[in-house]
Amino acid sequence: MADTWSIGKHAFTSRLLVGTGKYPDFPTMQRALVASGAELVTVAVRRLDLSKTGEASLLEWIPKGMKLLPNTAACFTADEAIRTARLGRELEMGDLVKLEVIGDRRTLFPDVVGLVAAAEVLVKEGFTVLPYTNDDPVTAKRLEDVGCAAVMPLGAPIGSGLGIRNPYNLRIIMETVSVPVLVDAGVGTASDAAIAMELGAVAVLMNTAIAEARDPVLMAEAMRAGVEAGRKAHLAGRIPTKLHAAASSPMTGLIGS
Amino acid sequence: MQVRLNGELREVPEGVTVAGLLGHLGVKAQRVAVEVNDAVVTKDRYESQRIGPGDSIEIVAFVGGG
Repeated sequence: MADTWSIGKHAFTSRLLVGTGKYPDFPTMQRALVASGAELVTVAVRRLDLSKTGEASLLEWIPKGMKLLPNTAACFTADEAIRTARLGRELEMGDLVKLEVIGDRRTLFPDVVGLVAAAEVLVKEGFTVLPYTNDDPVTAKRLEDVGCAAVMPLGAPIGSGLGIRNPYNLRIIMETVSVPVLVDAGVGTASDAAIAMELGAVAVLMNTAIAEARDPVLMAEAMRAGVEAGRKAHLAGRIPTKLHAAASSPMTGLIGS
Repeated sequence: MQVRLNGELREVPEGVTVAGLLGHLGVKAQRVAVEVNDAVVTKDRYESQRIGPGDSIEIVAFVGGG
């Protein structure tokens, strides 16, 4: 049976979600998106530059068949995030939103109070809400309680590439909530993505690690392989760690014995 | 009449509809979303909803993001 997962009414096979920001150019982004195998890609909502209305749109470079996940990035209040989510829905004509309410410019850590408040409003308006949140199990539970379809704790600050800084909290979050847990932000390289999946994340969302790699297309392939490897390792069940050796070759039948 | 459009004061034709404003600006309606005074205007209302003096209008589109 295929190893699929779902959020709300949407089912996916790929467990790698990717962003569309920070690429050197649209053609590179397009090749990286294809290489990633992602089915869900994030996009931001911004004021249209009214002096450049004839320019190529981002959407023309997103491969057909990829579903858009509008975000509320750079919103610092619940109200801004709610308005941005509504505009995103009007643009996308879908129900999915990656909800961000940011609390601090330097770290881009979420304002979890505003996040829960915004999530509650958007769920009531029929949105399928995927909140970007801290690695805090209590907040994750609050987000589930107000009706979020998933929770997306950070591995490390957005764009930092620091990897999975608190694997124990992520595991506790996965134990605590019954909605899908996606690790969003902080991944630097393929092993980070694999670690997130080994911990039991349903999927991993990343942008900078691919877009700002020296070769974004090759890194997208690496991330895809890392996510798949981590997922398989999670399903396979790793051995317990031991302090001392456990020989792989027989200790008997040695010559000269 | 004067309105605030994407944060800047601008002159637009008196009594213009949302559809008329987008046409005036050379914006393709299917690529944008519009908010007037903090409320989204759905596409089915572009022809009927009129802009008034002093209205605050946001015209947005998707850009790359994570």
